[in-house]
Amino acid sequence: MSWLPLLDFTSAELVAIRLSLEVAAWAVATSLPVGVLTALALARGRFWGRELLDVTVHLPLVLPPVVTGFVLLLLFGRNGPLGRPLLEATGFVFAFRWTGAALASAVMAFPLMVRAIRLSVEAVDRRLEEAAGTLGAGPLWVFLTVTLPLILPGIITGAILAFARSLGEFGATITFVSNIPGETQTLPLAIYTFTQVPGGDAGALRLTLVAVAISTAALLLSEFVGRRVARRVGGL
Amino acid sequence: MSLEVDVRHRLGGFLLEARFATQGRLTALFGHSGAGKTSLVNIIAGLLRPERGRVAIDGRVLVDTSSGVFVPKHRRHIGYIFQEPRLFPHLSVRRNLLYGSRFMRPRERRESFADVVELLGIGALLERRPGLLSGGEKQRVAIGRALLASPRLLLMDEPLAALDDARKAEILPYIERLRDQSRIPIVYVSHSVAEVTRLASTIVLLDHGAVVATGPVPQVMARLDLLPLAGSGEAGAVLEMRVAGHDEGYRLTTLRSAAGELRVPLLDLAPGAPLRVRILARDVVLGLDPPERLSALNLLAGRVAEIGVLAGATADVRVELNGEMLLARVTRLSIDRLDLKPGRPVYAIVKTVAIERRNLGQGQPMSEGAGFDEISL
Repeated sequence: MSWLPLLDFTSAELVAIRLSLEVAAWAVATSLPVGVLTALALARGRFWGRELLDVTVHLPLVLPPVVTGFVLLLLFGRNGPLGRPLLEATGFVFAFRWTGAALASAVMAFPLMVRAIRLSVEAVDRRLEEAAGTLGAGPLWVFLTVTLPLILPGIITGAILAFARSLGEFGATITFVSNIPGETQTLPLAIYTFTQVPGGDAGALRLTLVAVAISTAALLLSEFVGRRVARRVGGL
Repeated sequence: MSLEVDVRHRLGGFLLEARFATQGRLTALFGHSGAGKTSLVNIIAGLLRPERGRVAIDGRVLVDTSSGVFVPKHRRHIGYIFQEPRLFPHLSVRRNLLYGSRFMRPRERRESFADVVELLGIGALLERRPGLLSGGEKQRVAIGRALLASPRLLLMDEPLAALDDARKAEILPYIERLRDQSRIPIVYVSHSVAEVTRLASTIVLLDHGAVVATGPVPQVMARLDLLPLAGSGEAGAVLEMRVAGHDEGYRLTTLRSAAGELRVPLLDLAPGAPLRVRILARDVVLGLDPPERLSALNLLAGRVAEIGVLAGATADVRVELNGEMLLARVTRLSIDRLDLKPGRPVYAIVKTVAIERRNLGQGQPMSEGAGFDEISL
């Protein structure tokens, strides 16, 4: 059949797909707790520098991705002000590693994640938290048993949005960790590479279809899970 | 139970400066909207930290700004039933009810789940989600949830305000059962005279952030100087009476108190049953002699105790009936013609009384006189 070559992935392509999924998964998993805390701080915090934090979180959304990538390279390079102490203390390296690709994805997706969670935090009826307090729940319990379940739809939406955004991350990644097959060459970078060589069209098309499939599935899942959880949280 | 409150708190341009102590089973915080009732219960519950003052229950200090004591709300063991039910939407009714019990050691649990479910009639709702309950059902679950946290004190902030009359009629009997059957004292916020006279043992009358009167309901309700605060259209006295007997032939029931006897259409209550009767000032006629050949059956003899402010066409007259109080609204012309003044013996003729029915049918529509049946005599 004529379309079969479309599913005939080379091992290099499979590596890129797997790497992309892993990088996106790590990016979301590690940034999610930070995202929830940041969203809570922005939605409810009354502290000095709240506006500054807000702007900083949103910067990757408006800066050219290449600039974000370069800033990451400056900060987390082996000789950077954050990269060197990290290397000396723990031996952990971001630059030109898949971990760096995950970091770049997380930073780029962070504003989207925080926005989604923040909206749901702002929608929580704080009178429910008061009621929980009068029933004997301390602040931590109120958060775990009332606030967290109520903002779960926002957390899920935020996580899936961030995952989809991570899969598409290109500019910051290529600037920060370069385009190393098997280490930092994620799906978009692999597609870009295919388009730069003669006869790469078939590979680029195959990976493009994969990207479309994964993104569509992610959005459908987010819609489905979001609706179910929203029903539950809505008391139905 | 004793509750002592002495606080001062400024909210914008509003100053709450309230001081009272109560030992009642059900203490009503009563006053117009904006009198500071909700702020006061929020201070008792620990949702609001007063600028200055002291709050203590049974001698246990919850707030004392002079020594820096402020017990956080989750350690106060004070149940709070809000105007809106505030059920947790993500939990079933059962898990809403059990929410507070996980924060207690088993030996601190004083209320049994089965008893509370039975008391409030919510057994059929346990596996449902709050979003699918009616307003009255939600409020009953909210009451159960507060009870099952085994509170030392139960605060109710106009728990009926958001409900229509039929739902009010549905909840009121449960609150009465709660008052009569549980050992938990209640502080009940309301601006409805009818609710307060029906439910309260003690009343704390608030006006513009200050306590203007505290005491048993019949005493506070009969004070002429407080009438404007209770809504002058509703001025009336409360008599605590008992069923003395029935006349099946004429289908009448006789009620008796120190004030005298009232005959009302036959009531389905056993002799000796206590009930509160509310008599509006506008339904009382005063006369100097016992009237003859008059259809009214209810004649109470007493003395004028006090005459209210003489402005406009009418004035309220407080009549003492053997230690109990009745209010009559008469014209100034009548006051002059009859030469009414304190100490003068008079007869009060009662046209209508409102009788508190303890056994209201569920879902029965009711007027704003929630909980009272009007009976013409």
